[in-house]
Amino acid sequence: MRYAILCYDSEDVVGAWSKQEDDATMVRLAVVTNDLAAQGRLGPVARLLPTTAATTVRKGRENLVIDGPFAETKEQLLGFYIVDCATLDEAIEVARSLARANSQGVGSYEIRPVGHFRPGTAPA
Amino acid sequence: MTDLAWINAALTSARPQALGALLRYFRDLDTAEEAFQEACLRALKTWPRNGPPREPASWLIFVGRNAAIDAVRRRGRQEPLPEEALISDLDDAEADMAERLDGSHYRDDILRLLFICCHPDLPATQQIALALRIVSGLSVAQIARAFLVGEAAMEQRITRAKQRIAAAEVAFDTPGAVERADRLAVVAAMIYLFFNEGYSAGGGQAAARAPLCDEAIRLARLLLRLFPGEPEIMGLTALLLLQHARAPARFEATGAIVLLDDQERGLWNRKMIAEGLALIDKAMRHRRRGPYQVQAAIAALHARAARPEDTEWAEIDLLYAALETLQPSPVVTLNRAVAVAKLRGPAAALDMIGPLEPRLSGYFNFFGVKGAFLLQLGRRDDARIAFDRAIALANTAAEAAHIRLHLDRLMRDGEA
Repeated sequence: MRYAILCYDSEDVVGAWSKQEDDATMVRLAVVTNDLAAQGRLGPVARLLPTTAATTVRKGRENLVIDGPFAETKEQLLGFYIVDCATLDEAIEVARSLARANSQGVGSYEIRPVGHFRPGTAPA
Repeated sequence: MTDLAWINAALTSARPQALGALLRYFRDLDTAEEAFQEACLRALKTWPRNGPPREPASWLIFVGRNAAIDAVRRRGRQEPLPEEALISDLDDAEADMAERLDGSHYRDDILRLLFICCHPDLPATQQIALALRIVSGLSVAQIARAFLVGEAAMEQRITRAKQRIAAAEVAFDTPGAVERADRLAVVAAMIYLFFNEGYSAGGGQAAARAPLCDEAIRLARLLLRLFPGEPEIMGLTALLLLQHARAPARFEATGAIVLLDDQERGLWNRKMIAEGLALIDKAMRHRRRGPYQVQAAIAALHARAARPEDTEWAEIDLLYAALETLQPSPVVTLNRAVAVAKLRGPAAALDMIGPLEPRLSGYFNFFGVKGAFLLQLGRRDDARIAFDRAIALANTAAEAAHIRLHLDRLMRDGEA
């Protein structure tokens, strides 16, 4: 079984770290992930930019684009995609295609730029 | 991160929201600050024992408010009862925990808190000092250090600024859309000034003043979270991030200025650049251009160029032309001339800045740029005159030293 591990923390607090604190944390985390990578068990790792950089596409007839992160609490996180796009407009287009392909019900696609990315070593 | 460090970070990040709400309740800055202070003391006592609350800000508002009401009641036994108007909304004291998720309410609280620091009677440096004290919660000693003045002088400055805003009329009603937009623009301008106070510091002072830049970015992010759909706030945040990203490369160890073309681009902070680029990309989608977005777009073009010769000067020229229409100023034209010099040569750039001289005759950078164009044209004597004027007008020792470097080179070449 593959597991996704989602990281939650206070953006304010993490955002207030100095570069040294941030770098040191990344080094400590890399000790854990390097070990997994060496065993061929690490999938893609992504560190997202702050929610201020987020855009949300809401499912529905119009596929409304909203600035900011997904803020509802009624829905749950069901999965995610990582796509390479030249601009935010391209990413919004991808999200809209997904929304069209899966148009039943409510829901949203939150688009977050990825700051740090590591492709991982686990076989497909 | 230790418990205490985590708690301090949480208190700092909850401060604008909690203090803003307490100010709305008590309508008096000193009372609100005392209430917040008391709540922080209790947090330091109980959070390590019970763990931090899920919503630090609402915890602080609840505890701070009750503590302040208790204090007023205690005083009330010795003094006549305060007027009802002094403490607003006492009746809904039971309901405040329920209010915690009302984001729009807090949005105006925080905006008000920032807005009162922007009182038009206060000079820019006092607005910034006040925002650092009230919104960011920096100590007077920390602020004094950032402004390179003594602690007593800064204490006095902040006290005077506070008296001034206490005497001013502040609207506590929920602002209408127009009022809100006005406040937002004023606060954005203050944050930009705030940033520049740190950014324009000379080499020797740059380290002491860097916290001003960090704090300005924090406030810009805060504003953006409150107003996520405002392209100019995205632009402002992007601009600050993209400029601050270059900080590690802007000065030599000796404090000497390093020009953009000569900066070691590997030292630029890639994380800040990535965030800045994402934000300007997001802002542009709105097709509602404004000065912050255009300036951020210019900074983005510099950030995207791997080497100075990769810079898209034609794009930069166009963006400066747009900025000239949005915000006409001789300084903008002067900056545009630098792009024009790269595109069409120093003679065209010199023609462009000629008419600016009467208005920029007191501006250090005008003569620095003029001297550089003249030098490129081989007009060495004219260049020397311009550089001499620049040195006479320099604001910091680093600026003067930078121009002197040009002059020394001129002299050396002259002897050879």
